[in-house]
Amino acid sequence: MILVENLTKAFGSKTAVNHISFQVERGEVLGFLGPNGAGKSTTMRMITGYLPPSAGRAVVCGFDVAEQPIEAKRRIGYLPESAPSYPEMTVGAFLGFAAEMRGLHGAAKKKAVQGAIDTCVLESVVHQTIDTLSKGFRHRTCLAQALIHDPEVLIMDEPTDGLDPNQKHEVRTLIRRMGERKAIVFSTHILEEVEAACTRAIIIDRGVIVANGTPEELKSRSERAGAVLMTVRAPSVATVTDTLGRLPQVSRTEILAEDANRCVVRVYPDKSRVDGAFAAQVADATATRWTIEQLTTEEGRLDDVFRSLTRPDTAREAAA
Amino acid sequence: MKGAWSNVWTIVKRELVGYFDSPVAYVFIVIYLLLAGFFTFTFGSFFDRGEASLTAFFMWMPWLLLFLVPALGMRLWSEERRSGTIELLLTFPVTPWQAILGKFLASWIFIAIAMALTFPVWITVNWLGDPDNGVILAGYIGSWLLAGAYLAVSCLTSAITRNQVVSFILSVVICLGLVVVGFAPVTDLLARWAAPWLVEAVAGFSVLTHFDGFQKGVIDSRDFVFFASVIGFALFVTGVILRGHRAG
Repeated sequence: MILVENLTKAFGSKTAVNHISFQVERGEVLGFLGPNGAGKSTTMRMITGYLPPSAGRAVVCGFDVAEQPIEAKRRIGYLPESAPSYPEMTVGAFLGFAAEMRGLHGAAKKKAVQGAIDTCVLESVVHQTIDTLSKGFRHRTCLAQALIHDPEVLIMDEPTDGLDPNQKHEVRTLIRRMGERKAIVFSTHILEEVEAACTRAIIIDRGVIVANGTPEELKSRSERAGAVLMTVRAPSVATVTDTLGRLPQVSRTEILAEDANRCVVRVYPDKSRVDGAFAAQVADATATRWTIEQLTTEEGRLDDVFRSLTRPDTAREAAA
Repeated sequence: MKGAWSNVWTIVKRELVGYFDSPVAYVFIVIYLLLAGFFTFTFGSFFDRGEASLTAFFMWMPWLLLFLVPALGMRLWSEERRSGTIELLLTFPVTPWQAILGKFLASWIFIAIAMALTFPVWITVNWLGDPDNGVILAGYIGSWLLAGAYLAVSCLTSAITRNQVVSFILSVVICLGLVVVGFAPVTDLLARWAAPWLVEAVAGFSVLTHFDGFQKGVIDSRDFVFFASVIGFALFVTGVILRGHRAG
């Protein structure tokens, strides 16, 4: 449904997006991750036809966005960053305008507006002007605009930005539900959002894709993925870490807490050497000498992966 | 083609309703009517002329519109860019030209409404005497075309910057340029050292020169072509500028 090939955008001498390629099929929800200024918005603006690419192409439902922009745009619903709308209009009038721009008139327009109002829970503010609304309502109004023509492709730039936790949850649920029938791309810097709503995630840094996979795949790249966290009853902590550290499949150990006769350690696997059940091997080696009170295997964390793959703004400035 | 005009019309409707939903429309209309009346009856010495015409009314139109039209047009694109709604507008299935034309037409129609509201002046002159209503109609058409030229220039300057004040000043300066090159004191000054053909060529670029005919009741196709060219050119440049912002 969405095909992006070598998409590149340069502003003067600065390359914001550098040869990005990916694909999104119907039924997929793609999370777009990256630090601020990584090129997320620029990529989305090229897919939606707002910015012409410097090189490469974006194809939506078989229509090249640069060559057949009208056909492509018809099939896209777009929520731009910071959810702009016309402040002097009422919510109803604004959605009516969006519907007409999508070629919906008369009964079809009425039905589309009502549908968007229902989906985004805007019934209570239909007759209010947008500038009197709270940020959450304003955001949902713009989201409603993106959904009004029931597009096959939905592009959303930070759809949960500025919403309270309840509203965030609602939007995520909505995204997941719509994702079953559409191809959705949304950007965020909230990592839990990716786990909650995405079938796949792309991490982008300085205009380049640095990771592309399901949230589980990405998490398994974390150093902590598969690590064993245990509480051991032992008089001397040093002997515990010493013993575990000598196992060939352990890369390192970390003491999280300790008191007189027990400690909490995290044991990291050396992924190139692990063979079989790492947790069981660690537990066997420990249990011969001490008592294990608690043991869990960790899943890995997306933000570890995120941080290891991207550089913060400050580091970039230092490098520049 | 039908779809294209339907898009333009949708934008026109939204813009027009937007004017009347905000104080802009009322402030503009009230000030326009007040000033038009003030100029006509004081500086224009409407009554002392002793003639049944609206010469006093139309005479000041180029100067009055010079400030009011840029005030109306300064926000056209600068506001869209500042608030980010341009991203929304240009990702709808419309071409940039439809959007530019729609926004321009809406403001132009709005000006027509404001001008139509000066009808009491027309009633007054018909009450007092027996004017040539053809000349008056030509005057209105000329004024509207003139306003269209100013508006197209404002459209252009509003596309250059996000700042409405800058947009307003640029627009007034350019429109003033379009006026003064045909303004008698300036052309006289020019005539002292330049060849007559040059003076005439320069004056040919003035909106005043082309507005004059309409004031006298002469509707010349060349004047139409002039105003249409100014509008067309300014809107075209607007499109180029808007595209330039996005091209990076």
